[in-house]
Amino acid sequence: MLRRWTGTLVTMRGIITAAGYVPYRRLEGKQISAFFGSGGGRGTRTVASHDEDTTTMGVEAARRALAGGLTVDSLRFATPTPAYVDKNNASTIHAALRLPASVGAYDVGGSLRSWTGALLGALDGPGHGLVVAADLRDGLPTSADEAGCGDAAAAVVVGEGTDDAPVIAEIIGRGAATDEFLDRWRSPGDTRPRLWEERFGETRYAELSRAAYGAALADAGVEADSVDRLVISGMHARAVKAAGAKLSAGRDILVDEVTAATGQTGGAHALLLLAAALEAAGPGEVIVLLNLADGADALVLRATEAIATVRPADPVASQIATGAPLPYAKFLTWRGAVTVEPPRRPSPDRVSSTAAWRNEDWKFGFVGSKDPATGAISMPPARVSKATGDVDAMEPVSMADAVGTIVTFTIDRVAYSPSPPIVFAVVDFDGGGRFPIELTDVDADEVSIGDKVTMTFRRLFTSDGIHDYFWKGRPRPVRTATSTKEA
Amino acid sequence: MASHGIKDRVAIVAMGCTPFAEQWDKGLDDLIIDAATECFADSKATKDEVDAYWLGTAQGGMSGITLARPLQIDGKPVTRVENYCTTGSEALRAAAYAVASGAYDMAMAVGVEKVKDSGYQGLNAQNPPMDGTQRTLTAAAMFSMVAPAYAQKYGVDEATMRSVLSAIAVKNHYNGARNPRAQFRREITAETAEKAPKIAGGLGVYDCAGVADGAAAAIVVRAEDAHRYTDSPLYIKALSFAAGSGSGLTDPDYDYTHFPECATAAQDAYAQAGITDPIAELAMAEVHDCFTPTELVLMEDLGFAERGTAWQAVLDGRFALDGDLPINPDGGLKSFGHPVGASGLRMIFEAWLQLRGKATPERQLSTSKTKALTHNLGGYPGEMVSFVSVLGTELD
Repeated sequence: MLRRWTGTLVTMRGIITAAGYVPYRRLEGKQISAFFGSGGGRGTRTVASHDEDTTTMGVEAARRALAGGLTVDSLRFATPTPAYVDKNNASTIHAALRLPASVGAYDVGGSLRSWTGALLGALDGPGHGLVVAADLRDGLPTSADEAGCGDAAAAVVVGEGTDDAPVIAEIIGRGAATDEFLDRWRSPGDTRPRLWEERFGETRYAELSRAAYGAALADAGVEADSVDRLVISGMHARAVKAAGAKLSAGRDILVDEVTAATGQTGGAHALLLLAAALEAAGPGEVIVLLNLADGADALVLRATEAIATVRPADPVASQIATGAPLPYAKFLTWRGAVTVEPPRRPSPDRVSSTAAWRNEDWKFGFVGSKDPATGAISMPPARVSKATGDVDAMEPVSMADAVGTIVTFTIDRVAYSPSPPIVFAVVDFDGGGRFPIELTDVDADEVSIGDKVTMTFRRLFTSDGIHDYFWKGRPRPVRTATSTKEA
Repeated sequence: MASHGIKDRVAIVAMGCTPFAEQWDKGLDDLIIDAATECFADSKATKDEVDAYWLGTAQGGMSGITLARPLQIDGKPVTRVENYCTTGSEALRAAAYAVASGAYDMAMAVGVEKVKDSGYQGLNAQNPPMDGTQRTLTAAAMFSMVAPAYAQKYGVDEATMRSVLSAIAVKNHYNGARNPRAQFRREITAETAEKAPKIAGGLGVYDCAGVADGAAAAIVVRAEDAHRYTDSPLYIKALSFAAGSGSGLTDPDYDYTHFPECATAAQDAYAQAGITDPIAELAMAEVHDCFTPTELVLMEDLGFAERGTAWQAVLDGRFALDGDLPINPDGGLKSFGHPVGASGLRMIFEAWLQLRGKATPERQLSTSKTKALTHNLGGYPGEMVSFVSVLGTELD
């Protein structure tokens, strides 16, 4: 049964900022077929680092969305592949972003459609709503999902614009078509998705996408031939292709500069495509975002004048253009498909929940302390001034966005790591402060003294089911995807 | 503020030291009993005469009962101390100060570590519950950052720096080959050192201390009582200790080419002992060669070479057994391994043997000098504790 969504539109609420996060590593499909003799295909996919999960990728996307200093009133996080269940992952993102305690932070569902509900809820809610979506797609070796999916995150802030933070795209229409049918399913805890035969989903989605698309255009009062960009996302590749052919009706409005490089990034993909589309859109353009997931949802957006002046801090397009290849063997070990012999060193102790809570600003927010007497920065934060002996006179100083320079570094081949060896550097920050910190997204033989690094939120290890989240350094600028170096 | 020291007020009158090795058949208690038994056998002192005990062990057990149980000591003050890799030295410092204070007539220091029961490579610290933001690097990785920093600061090219580190490893293994208590008793060549698998940074297996079980012990009494227990006591000239605040890790001015805690401890020790020219006055020194670049930098921190010149002094052989100042004549941590709680006392044991002419002939120094230095550090560049002792056979 089809139902048309008939909610009330709040005028002038729309997207204020949109950002994507594309992990650094790429797996070429041909590596899979070279190893197994089947599977793989010709494309590439993004691969989250061994120290990334949907929460850390969500943090990175949200940091990019909030790079302009935007404040938000709510946080919704949607992922089909959460780092925790029962425990709220949005609270971790909230902590890493150092949002005020009064900002509610909520995990939303676990399906490929959940992000849509999160976005619509934020659109209907008051204030600035931050919506974060992330996914980390697995499939059995040689499966279409393994090669054709990818890992990514995206974040948008919706609300009413201000002079400082204008709406770059108004939401002018919505349409939904919900239907209960089984095309793709996965049991909780499984990494392997299961699929019904392809034709059934293809025919269902054909009907559902037409219904949602038509409803959204009618809701917006926009004719189909006024649509400038049509963005379609869905896990059913044939259905997406068929819907694109049908709905574009021969017009050159289909846009997707992303999927060929990243793979289909599941619960993050529609917002990632939207962020990329907005990077390229000009004022007045009408953009339709259509997502196929156990039904179909369509959003009609109209870019405002502000889109010409508001530029993303770290465009999806440039993240796609950078990155480095990952050998298939590393991919298999990072995903837990293969376990290799670790160094004979003890695995780390589980993190103390109470200690982590006490040190939330430091651990999750990378906040040090600054001595007002000397300007000296302590990481972790200190209570006592080395210079004056004053107690509790320090000022907090956020180092998460500071740019650092490698003073010296080493490679530790013996220490425990989920992916040895550890590359470790002493980093001096622009504006003061030094911290010795592990590097990530890096090839051990390409680090140099003097290299610039930025900070990134990562998962160091997991012990007793507790994820240890903290910060690492990430060299920049990153190399292009054409680099032949391997991890 | 003062550091007066206890020069010539306390004497070591007996020592014992087990072989340092992978002692699969010995537990912590066995190592303690073996070191203590040798110590008592070495002197007229008896267990009943010892008034107080200090046990140094980093992870061997908690409380003084870890010592009192195996030695069957009842109702006496027995204390366990821990201070990173200087743990063994701290046990002696506590015992010596207790006697110097007049509180006791005789005290015993025992250092022990049973490392090889863990099933892991290297040393492993057991940490209290933490927030998960601490470094998880090995000590090798932290110290590996010293070599390139030193080389860059003083214009030493990479090949020369490698030769310097290898020369330190070759020297210490040469000395250890002449010591029946050492874990590794084979000489190595520079080529062996350089071809070994890398552990961290530029450091290979032979740039790193071994891993061994072991124990050592010493009995101290007031200097005036010393000859009641031995004909050849070793007088304590200086015991100094410096702990850094850890600020070197986050101080942008720290450059990884020196260890300020060690320089501070050395200056204090020389002041306590009245030493003005260490090279001229010391017969030998035992230093904490946990990694080859550590020994290099220590030559400058301890005043054995001017800043930026130790690398040349190493290449010139000035710290060899027949050099100006023999360093680690027993083979050092390189040859002995590093049972954490025992190492500080093992260093003092070599001074005990050498200054009294009791080392094996193959490595016995022939010198008229009567003083020796031991240096023991714990922690990492930028975050370190350091101990320095000066010992001598003559009262000044």
